[in-house]
Formats: sequence, structure tokens, C-alpha cells
Amino acid sequence: MAVLKVLVIDDEPGIRSGVTRILRDFHVTYPFMDEDYTFELLEAPTGEVGITVIEHDRPDIILLDNKLPGIQGVEVLEYIREKKYDIVVAMITSYASLDVAIKATRDGATDFIPKPFTPQELKSSIENIAKQLYLRRITRKLTEEGKQIRYQFLSVLSHELKAPLNALEGYLRMMQGKEAGDRIDDYANHIDRSLQRIQGMRNLIMDLLDFTKIRLEKKEGRIRQVNLAEVASGAIFAVRPYAIQREVNINLNVRSETIIMADPADMEIIFNNLISNAVKYNKIGGSADITIDSTDDEAVINVADTGIGIKKSDTENLFTEFVRIKNEKTRNISGSGLGLSIVKKVAELYFGTIEVDSTPDVGTVFTVRLPKKSLNIN
Amino acid sequence: MKKSDFTILVVDDDPDYLFQTVFNLNKAGYKTIAAESQAEAEAVIAKFKPDLAIFDLMMESDDSGFILCYKIRKKYPDVPVILATAVSRETGMSFSIDSEKEKSWIRADMYLEKGIRPEQLDQEIMKLLKL
Repeated sequence: MAVLKVLVIDDEPGIRSGVTRILRDFHVTYPFMDEDYTFELLEAPTGEVGITVIEHDRPDIILLDNKLPGIQGVEVLEYIREKKYDIVVAMITSYASLDVAIKATRDGATDFIPKPFTPQELKSSIENIAKQLYLRRITRKLTEEGKQIRYQFLSVLSHELKAPLNALEGYLRMMQGKEAGDRIDDYANHIDRSLQRIQGMRNLIMDLLDFTKIRLEKKEGRIRQVNLAEVASGAIFAVRPYAIQREVNINLNVRSETIIMADPADMEIIFNNLISNAVKYNKIGGSADITIDSTDDEAVINVADTGIGIKKSDTENLFTEFVRIKNEKTRNISGSGLGLSIVKKVAELYFGTIEVDSTPDVGTVFTVRLPKKSLNIN
Repeated sequence: MKKSDFTILVVDDDPDYLFQTVFNLNKAGYKTIAAESQAEAEAVIAKFKPDLAIFDLMMESDDSGFILCYKIRKKYPDVPVILATAVSRETGMSFSIDSEKEKSWIRADMYLEKGIRPEQLDQEIMKLLKL
């Protein structure tokens, strides 16, 4: 239950007490609002007193008479506009000439309540105002959160891009100062590490391209029938050299032929990321099992490994950008921290889901479910 | 006292940065202990008092460095602390330790932008150790 403060500025005591009586037990409710609104009433007989109350109590809604003994209603409106207060103002007036209406609207009044009014007229005006207030506030909140998220993404990204540059700079300076000796062989490890950091940065940039593509690209014209087994085979082929190096055995098990309408590039993103993770975070000599199955409604992709696993507490943020689980087992594994967040975004683009089930030191299973008939993608 | 009488605790989750910093400090003459995470650093602090500590900011969590600053201050109030990070303005946590207010909650003696030259780092350390 949220309470909106309503300030009535009117020199007629009858209007003030009438409004108070009508709104005292009134509440506004909508299916899309988290909670009902009720109203707390404040009263002021003049514009001057009204401004004091505004400063003191910061009302949400003001019912404002234009014709007042001292300063006029429009001047109160101007005051609110100058202060940029988040207040919705409705004019209550029997002198609603066109001039006043235009000026008041320009100054931010959102509604006119003609005097005299019936309780029902007042209630429906207040209902509209409350709805408008709710939407205005929720919109502002969402905009701010959106900005916050973008800002955070960019700041972490710049950190991730600067770290390898710092490492490279450090190694180059050591070589420049001949800190480890005079022979090039004295720097074999430095050069090796530098090359690895460059590769890491390149991977990050590639992932970043995938990441922005998901958001920006229009899908029209790219959607076609995709056989998931074919995409999986392609991804396995690409990761095979790495799997051989790590002695990880990759198996593909197609339980039923699964064809969905999708952009093939998106399906590649899903398989490439999950399969390369299944190899990367595996044990030497482990296995990665990819299962493709489908029901009438959805395609189900399972990627299981026999690797290091993930603690339950770490799975919560696993799909967040740049989140990498840092522990003794992952310290020598490099990654951009974007892969799984990309997979999740792609799955969601197709109204699908991704889940993880893992046991530390036993293995991890990722399950992606994609509905077969939900392709209104833009 | 000479530099080799001092042991510096260096904590950073970037293995290359850690390696380079330790290398440069050793070259300058200091003894060092390296830790790769907040957890590892806490284990070191629990049984050993370094003469100075250099913490990275973002490790297991975004504020690991702050937490370490706080913990080491609590246990060894006289150990100077340097907070080193590649993030400054762009973290959204724009901070420095210039104002009294920031000094009161960032319990570090110095805040350094990563990429600092080894000679410069050495000079800052000498200042903090009053060498």
C-alpha cells in the first residue's frame, strides 16, 4: 500500500473539506501496479501557504484553485516548474478561461477539474493522475537503471581491456630495461605470457562483437531452418584441436532430428561457447557429451562435461557479463567472462532458457531449451 | 634500515601483473610475499605482519581491495597500504583518497593507478616506509 500526498490549495473551506472527505477512503488500484494507492490530504487556503506546505511535505499531487487571495494559482505552478519538483498538478477552477487553461497547461498542469464537481468527477480525475504518476515514476526508474547497467558494462569492459595492456607494457619495459638479462632467451617466459595476453584480448574482442551483434542486428531475412546436429558438428570440428591437446573426448548424441527456425549464426554462438567451455573447464582425459533432443514444442540442447564443476553459490552470477569464477582450479584458464552471458542472451532472444546443474569436481551440465514456434523476432 | 629489511605483501589476481610487481620490487631490493586473491591475502595477514601492503581493487569481488584495506588496518594499524588498480573514474566508483571523508572509509595510505613505472613505485614506497 503506497500513500500519495494530495495538497488542496483553495480559499474556499468547503472545497477543501469536501475534497478531503471524498478522497479520505478512496484508493486506486490497477493490475499493472505493484500496490494500491491511498491518499493523505493536506490543505492550504492560499498560494503562499501552499508553497510552504510544498516545501515541507513535498506532495505528489496538487489540486490547485487558480483564483486565490494572494498569489494566483498559475504562479504556484510556475514555482513548482522552476523547482522541477515531481508533482502532478490539476487545476480546480470555475474561471477556466481559455487563456488560463493554455498558460496553466504550458506550465505543467495536467488536468482541469471544473468547479463545482461531483465526488465521482473528482475520483476519476485523481485516478487518472495516480496512474500517470505511477507510469512517470516507473519510466524514470527504468531509464536510470538502464543507464546504470550500460555504464557498469562499459566500466568493467574498460577494466578488462586495460589489464592485458598493463601486463604487456610491464613485460616490454622489463625487456627494454634488460631487467632479466642480456639474452633474448632470458625473456622466453615474458614473451610467452605476452602472446597469451594478446590472444586473450583478441578473444575478448571477438566475444564483444558477438555480444553487440545479438543486440543490434535485425534478424529478418536471416531466419531459416537449422538442423541443430549440423551446427553442433561444426562447433565440435572447430574445437577439436584444443580438445586433442587437452585429451578431452567429445561425443555427439542426436536423440531425434531437431530442426528449428533460427539464424544459424546464433545457433553457432550457443554451441561454440558451450562446447569450448566443456573442453576448457574439463579435466585432462575427461569427456564432453552433447545431446540434442526435441519434443513437439521445444528443442533441448544438453552439454555435459566431467570437469571441475561449479559451486552452487557461484552459479547465481554465472550468466552475468564479465563474471568469472575465480579459484585455484580456474586460475590458469583464461576467458573473457562474456561467453555464458552471450549464450543466455541468444537463448532469450528465441524465448528460450538456459540452466546449469553442477557438482564440484564431478562436472557441469548446461541445458538450453528453445521453443520451436516462437519466431516473432526483431 | 635498508630495503632488504622490509617485506612487502603484493596481492593481485592478474598473474602477470603480480609477477612483474614482485620482480620489480625484488630488483629494487625489497623482500616480497605474493598472493593471488583476497582469500590468499587474508591467510597471509592472519599469520604474518608485512611492512607494507599493495592491494589490487577488483579480485573475487569488486571491492576485495577495500575489504583487505579494512582488515589489515584492523589487525596492523601501522602497516602502510597502497591500493593499486587499473580502474579509476570508469568504475562508477570514482574515488581517490584526497578528501577526509574518503580517507575515513578507504583505509589506504595511497591510491595508485596501474601502469605506474617501477622507479615511481619504489619512490612512493620509500616515502611510506620513511626511507
